[in-house]
Amino acid sequence: MSALLRMLLLAIGLGLAAGASAIDPMPFTDRAEEVRFQKLLHELRCLQCQNQTLADSDADIARQLREEVFRLMRDNKSNDEIKDFLIDRYGPFVLYKPRVSSSTWLLWFGPFVILAGASVFLWLQMRRRRRTAAAGAAPTPSDEEDW
Amino acid sequence: MLLRAFIPLGVFAAIGLVLWSGIGKNPQLLPSALLGKPAPAFAAKALHAPETEITSASLLGKPYLLNVFGSWCVSCRVEHPLLMEVERRGEITLVGLNWNDTREDATRWLAQFGDPYSQIIFDADGRIAIDFGVTGAPESFVISAEGRVLHKFVGPLTEDDIENKVKPLLAGQAL
Repeated sequence: MSALLRMLLLAIGLGLAAGASAIDPMPFTDRAEEVRFQKLLHELRCLQCQNQTLADSDADIARQLREEVFRLMRDNKSNDEIKDFLIDRYGPFVLYKPRVSSSTWLLWFGPFVILAGASVFLWLQMRRRRRTAAAGAAPTPSDEEDW
Repeated sequence: MLLRAFIPLGVFAAIGLVLWSGIGKNPQLLPSALLGKPAPAFAAKALHAPETEITSASLLGKPYLLNVFGSWCVSCRVEHPLLMEVERRGEITLVGLNWNDTREDATRWLAQFGDPYSQIIFDADGRIAIDFGVTGAPESFVISAEGRVLHKFVGPLTEDDIENKVKPLLAGQAL
């Protein structure tokens, strides 16, 4: 095995280890509960270290919130109820994926509006050029028309 | 036609301005989800008297500044002299929320630096702090006599906060 390959394997191994996250073992009853817990934690933000999810963060507050989420799961709360619980306390920023509401319309649909606008602009431009070409005037390349 | 050449520059300037405006802002300064709402109900033991219970109801009737602190918290030490001064002036009631701490450490810390609090809630498992949406210490909540959250401060309080935010909020409330 070449040295390069060994290095690569080591790098992959370390990457996987980092992905194994900071979660302390919880007394899960079955695999389904564990999967649900993990999935939920990856959708929730640790507000102390804001670019980490609750699953990734090693902060005290993240650990306590993980325990709280687990407790709420045991109380038979649905995922939405658990999210509502956290939003009531920490605000909507706690969700990694913001909900669709009047205050997040721009966030959700803004890119599509820009895409639509750009498409219309492009279409108009192309039509104009085609007309100019059809009118017989050979398009003379000029510095001003380069975009 | 010459004007068109400046469009990219204009777009660049607009994007630049938007990004520039975000520089220097503190991303931890999120508006509290509790603002204007009743403070969460709680019942906990007092730090100094483990048999005495402090509840959200027992604190009603008088506005207060709820200060989240811990003996492990470095910024709390920065803030502490100001809280001692506020207590000395006697204008604002300070209630402490001792968070993620042990009784021994907190008691020793207060003995060393002074105790500005009229009462201290001992939040043994951090669940009161979760109800308040606390993400770090120190944090302070201005709570009205009716138990509503009027304001939330993240990080160490300053003299300016006390004079220009807390006092105006509490003006008109019976102290």
